[in-house]
Amino acid sequence: MARKKEEKTKNIRVAPFITILFFLVMGMIGIMNGEVGRVLAQAVQVCLSCIGIG
Amino acid sequence: MEVIRKWIQTIMALLVNGSWSFPFTRTIYQGPLKVVCSPGLNCYSCPAATTYCPIGSLQQMMAGIRVALENGQNFFGLYVIGTMGILGGVFGRLICGWACPFGLIQELLHKIPSRKFNIPQKLNYIKYFFLIFFVILLPLTAVDAFGYGEPWYCKYFCPAGTLEAGLPMLLLQPELGRTIGPIFYNKLFILVGFIIWSILASRPFCRTACPLGAFYSLFKKLKLVKLRLVEENCTKCGECHSVCPMGVKFNESPENAECISCLKCMDKACRFDAITLEIAGLPIGSKSGPRIPVALK
Repeated sequence: MARKKEEKTKNIRVAPFITILFFLVMGMIGIMNGEVGRVLAQAVQVCLSCIGIG
Repeated sequence: MEVIRKWIQTIMALLVNGSWSFPFTRTIYQGPLKVVCSPGLNCYSCPAATTYCPIGSLQQMMAGIRVALENGQNFFGLYVIGTMGILGGVFGRLICGWACPFGLIQELLHKIPSRKFNIPQKLNYIKYFFLIFFVILLPLTAVDAFGYGEPWYCKYFCPAGTLEAGLPMLLLQPELGRTIGPIFYNKLFILVGFIIWSILASRPFCRTACPLGAFYSLFKKLKLVKLRLVEENCTKCGECHSVCPMGVKFNESPENAECISCLKCMDKACRFDAITLEIAGLPIGSKSGPRIPVALK
């Protein structure tokens, strides 16, 4: 039983968790800098030149 | 499994385009949900869009970096990149196969009966060019006198934007018709080209021109959820090649950047249980059902 648990732990890839954590921290820094408001301000406007009109 | 995938694709398309008041308001949704990232490519200027497009927002952030810094705001696009990275780290290009509205549209177009063609593998690299130059470098460096850049990919290329935002906005506000010019006609030409190409070949936009797909494919080795080849079960029969909508030869390159984890190879093709779905290295399922990790047998 203990061996099985050890084998299972050995199979787990750690890289995805580090990657997710890295981007999570990056996103948190963005939130703390106030980027959410900026993203919202851009997303609620129809940017006509962005869609090739105007 | 294919039916379940189609349902999930449809539900995701409706979730990210869930605002249906536009025939009355004649404009786009402007509520707080627009701070949520759409996992797939979905123009936020689409009248029904409830979320922001990661590629559109990333370009806008890149285009406005200089002005933001001059105003003392440290806006580097970290929120957008962070969100995209979390999605990439968990799902990678599985999102392309299960949650992208434009991917669904291409799949439906490909069902139209016609002669079908392959897409040369070399064309797959074009999407990385779009990601590096049209999404990051050009918006960042080609700035006007005031220091603002332009969303190059949205403005000059994105056929999803033309289909989901440009054409609907022209229908909602016909007076905009007076302002359209060569840029819009060029984008319309690109859209028609991809519609015809989608009928003739499987997912041409995803394979050759989608910068979001290019970004997610960077996580091919790092993503949490992925398909795995059980080499001891593989007979190299090549059945998995024939069903792949992305032209991946799974048994030859199980970590191919093009794999969208649609599970067709696992579900429809492989008769030998040689392909499993895993989360962080632990197999969670195969054609024959839940799996015990090979190492534990």
